[in-house]
Amino acid sequence: MNVSSRVSAETHDTMTAQRLRSKHLLSVSDLSPSEIGLIFDTADAMREIGTRRIKKVPALRGKTIVNLFFEPSTRTRMSFEIAEKRLSADTLNVSGDTLSIVKGETLVDTAKNLEAMAPDIIVFRHAASGASHLLADICAARVINAGDGLHEHPTQALLDAFTIREHKSTFKGLKVTIVGDLLHSRVLRSNIFLLRSLGADVWVCAPATLMLSGVEKFGVHATTSIEEAIEDADVVMPLRMQLERMRGHFVPSLREYFEMFGITARRLRRAKSDVIVMHPGPMNRGVEIASDVADGPASVILEQVSNGVAVRMAVLYLLAGIELAGEEF
Amino acid sequence: MPVVMSADRIERTLTRIAHEVMERNRRLDDIALVGIRTRGVTIAQRLSRTLAEISGTKIPTGSLDITLYRDDLMRHTVGPQPVLRQTEIPFSIDERRILLVDDVLYTGRTVRAALDALIDFGRPLSIQLIVLVDRGHRELPVKADYVGKNLPTALRQSVQVFLREVDDRDEVTIEEYADTDAPSDAQEGSV
Repeated sequence: MNVSSRVSAETHDTMTAQRLRSKHLLSVSDLSPSEIGLIFDTADAMREIGTRRIKKVPALRGKTIVNLFFEPSTRTRMSFEIAEKRLSADTLNVSGDTLSIVKGETLVDTAKNLEAMAPDIIVFRHAASGASHLLADICAARVINAGDGLHEHPTQALLDAFTIREHKSTFKGLKVTIVGDLLHSRVLRSNIFLLRSLGADVWVCAPATLMLSGVEKFGVHATTSIEEAIEDADVVMPLRMQLERMRGHFVPSLREYFEMFGITARRLRRAKSDVIVMHPGPMNRGVEIASDVADGPASVILEQVSNGVAVRMAVLYLLAGIELAGEEF
Repeated sequence: MPVVMSADRIERTLTRIAHEVMERNRRLDDIALVGIRTRGVTIAQRLSRTLAEISGTKIPTGSLDITLYRDDLMRHTVGPQPVLRQTEIPFSIDERRILLVDDVLYTGRTVRAALDALIDFGRPLSIQLIVLVDRGHRELPVKADYVGKNLPTALRQSVQVFLREVDDRDEVTIEEYADTDAPSDAQEGSV
């Protein structure tokens, strides 16, 4: 293929950004709408690879990716690992219990040691908000934030929005309702940033004890009335009750929470007839969502899981392709 | 910039290639066309229509994006990162004779990438290569089976293919690069 005709193909065919500006993905608020469009279009094309008999392309051959997880995670890590393997990268999993942190090493020392082994990309999860920014400052590798404390989880927000895009023609004016444990959720902030920047109308709903104070400042509607929140909603997203993060009594009982805030078929009738139900997983059936809703026709929960792999492939590929001046990658 | 193929010429050339395909392949029922994104796909679709008109056989047609198979993915120092597009091969390529289609044959690196990609989809009986323009300067041992036009070029020249479906006109032009240090072809999108 001739250089110029390839370049002109791009200027003719796409209105989206041609590349990401940052070499890290730390926060969705760093992404412009056209960069989000680029990630989505790339993810769209990546999805086809998962349908092949040989589910692998050589794009990241010879690249080393470290999945550095200081907090337990099954699905996010699995999803990243599958994405990395489909792109032919060499992957290494380092998780909390195998880390020298338990032997007293600081995060900075762990990062410096890791850096000395020259990985190309680090996928990072940590309990402290902002930890991925610290890592990005120390390491030459690209850093993907796979969840830092209660702060952000950019790839989850991207896969949620990507899934919405498949079902709804536009984000503009879409009523997206997020219900549940707002206080302990890392999905919430990234989702609010991303959905707001795409033009959606975001509602959040929680019992007063789990409501995030000042959440309206993010430009969302906040309510403690589940009926008001679900009324005419296009998307309903219950959040997981983060039982392991709760120290103290936020709700009288899980059964009462389900009665008051659980997403049931009866409550869902208030929403638009083509409403979709999403869940970042893992679900507590009978707590934040009724089983018949989770398995029902409005549920796109398993699509989110497969889209997660495609979106992560897109992010890995796009970050790997960035070359900064004077840097060998 | 000098026009080396007009709309009329492109049309007649593709009709000629369609006849050559029929001449060399006595059976058309196990043939499929696969175009390389972006303009190879357009040419493959046109060939498919022409073949249907003159032979009455509908040839399955797919499109291939070779971005993830490029050998220069991490070598771009400047300029746009190649944008990934859909690969759609809605048929099994096993036991089929594949006609791979591209607009310009140059270094041969695109074709190398496309062969790798195709073979991940299965084991075709054979793969033949169709190009609208062969401009020379091969860097890999690749040869086209059907050539629309052999166009001797200098490295500092650039061949541009415009097709109605993507560019609003049918034309092949050749032009000089503005600056003398033309992109070294092994690195810059020459795949």
